[in-house]
Amino acid sequence: MSKFSELGNDLYTGKRSINFVGNRKIWFLAAAVMVVLAVIIPISRGGFNFGIEFRGGSEFRISQAADESQLEAVNAVRSVNGNLDPVVTTVGDDLRIQTEKLTDLESEEVRLALAETFSVQSSDVSSSFIGANWGADVTSRALNGLLVFIALAAIMMALYFRTLKMSIAAMVALAHDLVITAGIYGASGFEVTPAAVIGFLTILGYSLYDTVVVFDKIRENTLEVEHSETTTFAQQVNYAINQTLVRSINTSIVGILPVASILFIGSLFLGAGTLKDISLALFIGILVGTYSTIFIAAPLYSLLREREAKFNKSSQPVAQ
Amino acid sequence: MSEKSASKTAVRRLVWLAGTIAVLAALLGVNSFTGGTNLFAPKLALDLQGGTQIILSPTLAEGQNVSEEQLAQAVEIIRQRVDATGVSEAQILTRGSANIEVSIPGTPDENTLKLIRSSAKLDFRPVLVTSVAATSTADSGTSEQTPAPSASPSNGSDLNWVTPELKAAYDALDCSTNFREPGQVDDPAAALVTCDVDGYAKYILGPVEVDGANISDATAGTRTTSTGASTNEWVVNLELDDEGTKKFADVTQRLYPLESPRNQFAVSLDGYVIIAPSTNAVITNGNAEISGGFTKDSSKVLADQLKYGSLPIGFEVQSQENISATLGSEQLSGGLLAGIIGLILVIIYSVFQYRALAIVTIGSLAVAGIFTYLAIAVLSWRQDYRLSLAGVAGLIMSIGITADSFIVYFERVRDELREGKSLPQAIEVGWKRAIRTILVSGLVSLTAAAVLYALTVGNVKGFAFTLGLTTLIDLAIAIMFTHPLLQLLSRTSFFNSGHKFSGVDPRALGALNYRGRGQFQAAESLPKTAALKASKEANKRQTLAERKAAAGKESK
Repeated sequence: MSKFSELGNDLYTGKRSINFVGNRKIWFLAAAVMVVLAVIIPISRGGFNFGIEFRGGSEFRISQAADESQLEAVNAVRSVNGNLDPVVTTVGDDLRIQTEKLTDLESEEVRLALAETFSVQSSDVSSSFIGANWGADVTSRALNGLLVFIALAAIMMALYFRTLKMSIAAMVALAHDLVITAGIYGASGFEVTPAAVIGFLTILGYSLYDTVVVFDKIRENTLEVEHSETTTFAQQVNYAINQTLVRSINTSIVGILPVASILFIGSLFLGAGTLKDISLALFIGILVGTYSTIFIAAPLYSLLREREAKFNKSSQPVAQ
Repeated sequence: MSEKSASKTAVRRLVWLAGTIAVLAALLGVNSFTGGTNLFAPKLALDLQGGTQIILSPTLAEGQNVSEEQLAQAVEIIRQRVDATGVSEAQILTRGSANIEVSIPGTPDENTLKLIRSSAKLDFRPVLVTSVAATSTADSGTSEQTPAPSASPSNGSDLNWVTPELKAAYDALDCSTNFREPGQVDDPAAALVTCDVDGYAKYILGPVEVDGANISDATAGTRTTSTGASTNEWVVNLELDDEGTKKFADVTQRLYPLESPRNQFAVSLDGYVIIAPSTNAVITNGNAEISGGFTKDSSKVLADQLKYGSLPIGFEVQSQENISATLGSEQLSGGLLAGIIGLILVIIYSVFQYRALAIVTIGSLAVAGIFTYLAIAVLSWRQDYRLSLAGVAGLIMSIGITADSFIVYFERVRDELREGKSLPQAIEVGWKRAIRTILVSGLVSLTAAAVLYALTVGNVKGFAFTLGLTTLIDLAIAIMFTHPLLQLLSRTSFFNSGHKFSGVDPRALGALNYRGRGQFQAAESLPKTAALKASKEANKRQTLAERKAAAGKESK
């Protein structure tokens, strides 16, 4: 541990210090490029791949087949269209297979394939369309809740930190996190399921939480800076980021270890599913959330405030 | 705070926490024993355990069609009604062109089914004719006195509504038969012949004066008398919106001077009269109370139905079947396995980072785990909270946020040690600084949880519940366990002497003025850079800030 704890000591005393605030142009530029990419790539790929919970889909029921192999049902569906990811459940005595919405032709083919696989009459396999479980009403309520929460969080932060500028910086970083995470989903073509949306909301909480922790240290460090002859506002902000850097690294590692193990177990051994959806969102979110606090929120806050008159005088070189 | 009283407080807090955990466990244990079900196993959600799938099909008159809009509206209302019963994460969706599929975990009881399918059309209609009187003093048998209608009715209480055909239907009506079609829709502008819910009394009612859409809120409760004493009778209290209040005032004004039974006001639900009280006063404040043999459960069902509105069409249960879990059991076991592996990694990492101090981390995580488990079991028992796979993932995620409280705290303590404070001092000062951060960041998470819980439905509501729960437990553990434990450990010589493996070794932390085995040169050998000057300045300034804060506190 000695190396790492030395780093902690050096960061605390300022012996070693990474210039997060000074190099902000680089970080902002990098963030801007990432955000643009996160918007362009999904659009060029044709938008998000929403799951059947959002779009509705097709459903097949094979009567009196509850005890049959669910895997065979999956294979039968895939023999018609290899891209399908059917969900198989038993309902009463029937086997139920849900897929994304199929064309009439495809759904007839799937019906016949299922009948053949289970050696039943094709009339014993029924097909129908199902609506979205996560309908427009759920989405609009979730969005409403999100907006109210973001507004409240911004007000709370402004009251606690006694400056609106911290709220602004935090919200910019938050928007960055959400766009990047959504962009990665869109770009990779991962299916957007309710579980992914919940993962997304978790990130929102985590990102804001992480920013508040670091901002609290910045608040502490910059309390008296307007009376200081020797340090500037930007230096104090940078100093605070460095002092909390060990905490940021430790927290993100501790947070990401369980998530990473779910993600890898989820995708290696269990295939697609809720676990993979949610843990991928969390994995990206923790990384991006930690990164954005250090490289975007704090330098942006410094940028917003150091031009204020009371700090501006101390931005002059100390020698004068 | 003196050291003695500090450790006293620490012990007291630990005892409180242990007591709370013991009470929760005992509560579950005793009720498991007396109830015969194992309450220690939390209930699982639809995706992990399966449940019941109910398919509702609309009851339509000949030639009537269901529009997509009506169906979407019905789904929304049913979802709100189901959400009101607890945090069960039901799935509600449309099926084909006219059906609604409701999947709920577990097996629904009759009340839940009623809640889901009743259209809950509530109307207030004036009574024109009835076979019984509202009070014992009134003259019964009024049906004989009905004059033959001669003109079109002028208001809702006008006996001209009672046409000979209506009178004939009324006379022929037998309340003991199923005289209404399921989901029958009545013309709100016409008179209605019906019975009360018990099949005891017959009525001819005037047109609808106030309908369920004018209800702004409905709650279930026990009746309170005019003196404020509460009785054991369950009632549903209604609050009407402005329009409803005005209409209600107009109608009571008109009914008040009339003779019985035309001074009675019938409250009908889905066409059946629940109660038909006589008007004793002109009600202008828009508050109404419905009574009539409710139980606690049935009054809650009705209040929830009224609060979220009536369904645009009637539905009947077409089929009700068991549904298996949508996720294979390997998903849950895989998730749990991943969680355990993740925890082991977290433990290894904390030992690497914090040496013996990792005992506190691991202990805190373990206590937080036990606490969370018990809380979930209790909520699952009392509030029908159900654990879905997304919930499990959320709980695993919360390991990170819970651990962050300790990390913030430990890093603050180390910072103070680097300043050259003794361990107990460093712990007290570090805690004061850390708890501010922990509280404000916890408050942000709690706000998120509360807002999302209040404003959203379905899965998101379930997520918000889990988030709020874990945040509260995180705060409780930091205050009631982590800090007191560290306070007590700092009294032991192993930690206090700054043993190499204690994780709070001042030498390893490069304490600025540590006077031990010649290691303090680290501080002296620091280059005199601007950064160092800045840091010294910062240290001075911080002490000043602290003093200022302390002075501010005292002057308050």
